Amino acid sequence: MKSRALINMGVIAFALVTLAPFAWILLSSFKPQSEIFAWPPHFLPTRLSLEHYVYALTSTHIPLYFLNSLIVAIMVVAGNLLIAVPTGYAFARLPFQYRDQLFLAVLAGMMVPNQATVIPLFIITKHLPLLGGNDLSGAGGNGLLGTHLGLALPHIVLAFVIFLSRQFFSELPGELRDAARIDGATEGQVFWRVYVPISLPLLATITIFSFVAAWDDFLWALIVGVGEETRTLQVGLSVFLTQGSANWGPLLAATVLATIPIVILFIVNQRAFIAGLATGSDK
Amino acid sequence: MIQKRWAVWPFVLPGLLYLVFTHLAPTLYALYLSFTSYDPAQRGGPEWLGLDNYARLLTDPQVARALLVTAQFAFEVIPLNIVFALALALLLNAASRRLSGLRAAFFLPSVASAVVVSLIWLWLYEPTFGLLNQAFKAVGLGPMPWLSDPNWALHSLVIMRVWRGVGWNAVIYLAALQTIPEDVKEAGRVDGASDWQVFRYITWPLLTPVTIYVVVTGLISTFQTFAEPFVMTKGGPLESTTTVGVLIYRQAFEYGEMGLASATSFLLAIVIFALALLNFLRVRRAG
Repeated sequence: MKSRALINMGVIAFALVTLAPFAWILLSSFKPQSEIFAWPPHFLPTRLSLEHYVYALTSTHIPLYFLNSLIVAIMVVAGNLLIAVPTGYAFARLPFQYRDQLFLAVLAGMMVPNQATVIPLFIITKHLPLLGGNDLSGAGGNGLLGTHLGLALPHIVLAFVIFLSRQFFSELPGELRDAARIDGATEGQVFWRVYVPISLPLLATITIFSFVAAWDDFLWALIVGVGEETRTLQVGLSVFLTQGSANWGPLLAATVLATIPIVILFIVNQRAFIAGLATGSDK
Repeated sequence: MIQKRWAVWPFVLPGLLYLVFTHLAPTLYALYLSFTSYDPAQRGGPEWLGLDNYARLLTDPQVARALLVTAQFAFEVIPLNIVFALALALLLNAASRRLSGLRAAFFLPSVASAVVVSLIWLWLYEPTFGLLNQAFKAVGLGPMPWLSDPNWALHSLVIMRVWRGVGWNAVIYLAALQTIPEDVKEAGRVDGASDWQVFRYITWPLLTPVTIYVVVTGLISTFQTFAEPFVMTKGGPLESTTTVGVLIYRQAFEYGEMGLASATSFLLAIVIFALALLNFLRVRRAG
């Protein structure tokens, strides 16, 4: 099969183009300082050097930024699993008034461009009453600016997660609920003991999706993570870049470090991720 | 079985109220702000201006420029994305199963953050030591001014964005390709259609819903582009990569004009919505 061989080569070519940029920074990040800017350039490092990683981890605030990003991402994952998933379940399985109209409103929420809500949400976050030195009218302090909760705020309940959960639960048999209800279970017990245990693929997808949403976020983290203490990794990387003559070695090492959690999550649960994507696309 | 009505609300209310807080209230507040002048650094709240901000938007050359830059970016990225994603999907659909392990690789660029991707490409585009100019030099071509030439910078961002989006869209196309029954295509072949004709007149029309999805999500994401130009070029050189997203950020957080920035973001939302609707209607009429 000559054409099959050609097709396989086409796929491999696409894969090479996709992976080459990652390979290039990975290789560069392990080059000793003298080789990063060597002429003529070396494609492969002559020896593997950890100097940029050591520098990034000991002489910069990268570990702090990493921790900040992690804390925010965990808050976001928890919020979506505990608040958004039950909401999606209710839209799929529980009868209530205006259910369809309210779900349409959730869908509309998915359509609102991020940029339209960022400015007012920033002002609201800054003026939340009684928080961060604010008085009852929301004046005087900084509200939730410069806090982890403030950074997590717009992602704690994602409209897309509600949508995804509804899709998932409406494909599960409704008889499960009826049977459990007849046996005397409350709605809460039905959800937690009957539906949650058979929803692990959904929960895995949502964990990855909401983690990535929080971890990759830039604009909100840039305006809300004011000050060093709550700077996230994404913002830290961009600040790193603009401070003086970009110190490429440690910057490349930090870029690799910023990608690792995503790659791990993704490899561990590739199938769930692709399943989630497919659900999103066939609406 | 007694149906307790209130039993539903602990499930629904927290999520819905939260969306009211993060989506509905800010959208309405942004609408209000867009009719005001508001600088948070100054004392006092927003001042009512009526339609002044919108009048300014329509006459401000900076806004027109940013809209053009953004539109050019979108209209370069989206078609290229579709062509490459579809090519990759068709290849993957026909390639041997042993290569399906590579699928994860195609996803990697779309899950890496915009900032990480920007840094990777900034390093690739590095004028002397970057991989691309080294490769050009190796084959005897001069260095390219990837990000330093106002005529090139936006195209360089386009290349990066296409690279980033192709794998994601290819997997969506692939999922759709696999639902097309083989006998539909076989019927075409029996009638004497070439491979190209089978694709053009059978496969491609059947992929229309996916293409609409790719175009609409592409419009939404490209028109909001912020991180890449902000990190890589700061909107330059000579404003050649100042997208509407970058402009809104500057208006709100550098010039302290939250009212004007809100008006610009509404204008952007309207443009995105109109283009998405237009695409939808056009395809519907054609179909």
